[in-house]
Amino acid sequence: MANTDQEILEGLAEIVAEETGLDTADVLLEKSFTDDLDIDSLSMMTIVTHAEDKFGVRIPDEEVKNLATVGDAVSFIKGAQD
Amino acid sequence: MTSAREVVVTGLGATTPIGGDVASTWEAALAGVSGARTLENDWAEKYGIPVNFAATIKVDPAEVLSRPETKRMDPSAQYAIVATREAWADAGSPEVPGERLGAVVSSGIGGIQTILDGWDTLRERGARRMLPMTVPMLMPNSPTAYVSLELGARAGTHALVSACASGAEAVGYAVEMIRSGRADVVVAGGTEASIHPMPLAAFAASRTLSLRNDDPQHASRPYDIDRDGFVLGEGAAVLVLESAEHAAARGARVYAKVGGVGLSSDAYHITSPDPEGTGQVTAMRFAMEDAGVTASDVVHVNAHATSTKVGDLTETASIRKLFGSDADHVQLSATKSMTGHLLGGAGAIESVFAVKAVAERLAPPTINVENPDPELQVPLVRDEPAKLPGGDIAAINNSFGFGGHNVALVIQNH
Repeated sequence: MANTDQEILEGLAEIVAEETGLDTADVLLEKSFTDDLDIDSLSMMTIVTHAEDKFGVRIPDEEVKNLATVGDAVSFIKGAQD
Repeated sequence: MTSAREVVVTGLGATTPIGGDVASTWEAALAGVSGARTLENDWAEKYGIPVNFAATIKVDPAEVLSRPETKRMDPSAQYAIVATREAWADAGSPEVPGERLGAVVSSGIGGIQTILDGWDTLRERGARRMLPMTVPMLMPNSPTAYVSLELGARAGTHALVSACASGAEAVGYAVEMIRSGRADVVVAGGTEASIHPMPLAAFAASRTLSLRNDDPQHASRPYDIDRDGFVLGEGAAVLVLESAEHAAARGARVYAKVGGVGLSSDAYHITSPDPEGTGQVTAMRFAMEDAGVTASDVVHVNAHATSTKVGDLTETASIRKLFGSDADHVQLSATKSMTGHLLGGAGAIESVFAVKAVAERLAPPTINVENPDPELQVPLVRDEPAKLPGGDIAAINNSFGFGGHNVALVIQNH
């Protein structure tokens, strides 16, 4: 079942918070995974693994480098669900 | 005499089946508290494991560590980090350049829960669900690597593996690092987190575990005539070791010194100790020579004593062989009667106990000894702690491991 953008953002924020210890409120659409949220590549792949599980999508490795911001990830997941 | 080669203990940390830190663990040990409990799960029924109890950790690290820390570290590393933070703070968080600080935290088995969870994930859900942190979590050097990261230790980060002697071997190696001039301060110890149905079933298969399912608290009973095997435990202990000079220069509180390290190997059998105790005697003799003490100086031994039929007696026979009549004034403690067997963590927590015993002149008790084995050849501290004499004293912590590893450490008052 497809999620709304807001549902995806909230779900992703929970995953990021679990992985990094950040507050979910800090995980905003415009935030950069690397520059703002200080997420390294291993953590990013962990987040991707959990996101695939949670949203029932496939995020190919070659796609991950294009996901610079939280908004990029929300858009990709939304598109993959539709 | 204070030389650059003298190594002292300035900080202690632990998380064990009887306490979440050193103070509570030591208090419980002196009070004779057992950490063994019935497992609240269906492992025995589901898999037909003949043992349904273990000495599980008293304080869940999730209560002390952050959520991301518990997610990216195997429990073996989590326990090590809990113990390290306590030990480091206890030492006064010394300011030491990273190049002069080492980390040596061993595990007997490594990240086995991560290995087995990863295998479950792969079989049930496929490779795509395998977590990217699986490899750094399962490595046996993961705990020591996290300790190195935590403290910025750059003089060398090591994890010596020698089964149930690992924790003591780590302390011995740390002493050598300081003596050789490679480091001024080394954080050393051991950790283990293997309470999972697979290792439990595997130890049961080796016929080394106690089967006293109806009475777990009395299952670990080293030197009692009715002992029937060890109780699987978990946890970690860490010691901050420091050159005496470095400790003196910063005015550090010193618990004791590690005066001697003795290592040997049996080359006899993969699990059984050499019944002649030759390797055990050699390790103790080397450690005493290294420390410059004789049998008459040694007033306390923290025995390896796991509560198995053969192992317990071999050790006291070895002590008697080496000490002769001087064994009569040794106060022998088998603290696994309370903590269970922490495997790679055992030599570390027992080093902490030996340090506390020397510092407080108090040998911890051995519980559950209702009928001492008549072949026990050394006076045993039973039920109540025993006072150790004043003046210059020495204690030995013995740790032996599957594979024929023998480690003896001499702890002395400073």
